[in-house]
Amino acid sequence: MAQHNSHPFQSHYIPNTPKDRQEMLRAVGVSSVQDLFADIPKEHRNPPLDIPAPMSELELKAEMSALGRLNKDIQSNVCFLGAGAYNHFTPSIVKPLITRGEFLTSYTPYQAEVSQGTLQVAYEFQTMICSLMGMEVANDGMYEGASSLAEAALMACRVTDRGDIYILDTVNPSYREVVETYALPQGLNVKTVSTSNIKLPDTAACLLTQYPNFYGYMEDLAAYKRLTQEKGALLVVSADPVAAGMFKSPGDLGADIVTAEGQSLGVPLSYGGPYVGIFATRQQYIRQMPGRIVGKTVDAEGKTGYVLTLQTREQHIRRERATSNICTSQFLLALATTITMAALGKQGLRQVAELCYQKSHYAASKISHIKGYSLPIKGVFFKEFVVQCPQPPAKINQRLLEKGIIGGLDISRQVPNRMLLCVTEMNSRQEIDALAATLSEFSK
Amino acid sequence: MNPSDRKYSKEHEWAKTDAKGLVVVGITHFAQDQLGDIVYIDLPKVGAKIEQFKKLGEVESVKAVSDIYTPVGGEVVEVNKAVSEKPETVNQDPFEKGWLVKIKAANANADLQKLMTAAQYDTFLKTEAH
Repeated sequence: MAQHNSHPFQSHYIPNTPKDRQEMLRAVGVSSVQDLFADIPKEHRNPPLDIPAPMSELELKAEMSALGRLNKDIQSNVCFLGAGAYNHFTPSIVKPLITRGEFLTSYTPYQAEVSQGTLQVAYEFQTMICSLMGMEVANDGMYEGASSLAEAALMACRVTDRGDIYILDTVNPSYREVVETYALPQGLNVKTVSTSNIKLPDTAACLLTQYPNFYGYMEDLAAYKRLTQEKGALLVVSADPVAAGMFKSPGDLGADIVTAEGQSLGVPLSYGGPYVGIFATRQQYIRQMPGRIVGKTVDAEGKTGYVLTLQTREQHIRRERATSNICTSQFLLALATTITMAALGKQGLRQVAELCYQKSHYAASKISHIKGYSLPIKGVFFKEFVVQCPQPPAKINQRLLEKGIIGGLDISRQVPNRMLLCVTEMNSRQEIDALAATLSEFSK
Repeated sequence: MNPSDRKYSKEHEWAKTDAKGLVVVGITHFAQDQLGDIVYIDLPKVGAKIEQFKKLGEVESVKAVSDIYTPVGGEVVEVNKAVSEKPETVNQDPFEKGWLVKIKAANANADLQKLMTAAQYDTFLKTEAH
């Protein structure tokens, strides 16, 4: 490696040889590579960089591993943190299948129809999403959950020809920010409303809701449906796909558009991404739906084939009048969720959901019996719940971390001493008991 | 080829006043031929008020989506359900069964004055549209 370092332009990743380079320099009429930079003032040319000396691949790997070990990851810690990114089990079959050469691509291929296998997966993804969410049509994936919700808001504005987006204050605050980022520059209005007092005017394009809400609790979607229908607005639901495996689906409860973060279905927690967005709606709105749709058809010989369909809505054909500037998908992640859903099956997903429900209720019950702790929100929750703590959650979380436990999200900014805890099928009874034991150290 | 009982716009729409004094609007044979197989037509709701040459709706063919502009301004009083259900009607019979909307024109005469006659439109197609 040393001889490579001594010459900045020589590396085994660059295929041309010193001789090749000499010939090229001669052809353009300069004597050295440095001469090509002669137009840059000398004092600005190759300024010294104060960085450590280069490392060998072996050294670099050791360095990065050591840095990686500084993270408090879920391999060596117990996790009770959720709030949008969840620690769920990924079936072992997912990784070997998504890394097969035939599948390993980030995008829908440019010559999509050549890749029939890829399109078939996308078609199956759409079909499973429709079945899970109780909807009629789904696209082949969006960037992630938050932008899917934002795209749903824009779509509702197109469908209703209105510009006022109403969003409940129980929707994930980060998602609400993304909705504003998408909507405000387009001249649309975003209004946050409290669940205790929802009043929709006739100008409302939609009501954006979350299932279960950011605090883990189920809300009365059927009532929201009556409210939106009365005003000619669309009901948009940002759903947890795992919850949909057990509760009545958002579609059955009247949702006009369902979006979701697909990470829970076989995508690892990795610094917030890459994730995959889910987007489903009613057939009647299909032309206003963003993203790509794969259809199933027959070719001239009557054989089954898969094709990208309704492409005239998309920006590569319709440019500025397209339904969205999204012209791709998170195909690899959608593939992972498709394999996960197929591996779990309908019953398996229900089982995962039931485990989350039972374990989180065990944890909630246990914690509510610790002196000084209570559950301030009444209602049905799924895998997350809010705990009123006797002391600041930041302090409690610090202690939990010392014991190898990643605590819940500190939501003290809204109400002092509140924590949002998440329990999934990954948490054992022993882990929950250890959590409760540490919490009781702060008991009043 | 283009019927002489109506007027034509540069955007390839036609406008014809019917017995009740309403202006019937459609797209021309040339327009449907250029678009190819029409698969979807998006038309305004009855009651919509649209100014002359503003966007009336959209027509989607297997090749493209194009805007339709109204050749006369006014209020939409009737929408042809037959073309919404069977968009191919516009390909088959653009001048009769494939009409799109009927408009209660605000200034029918003035608006129609700005449009081309069939003869002018024929010339327009030969000289400018290609």
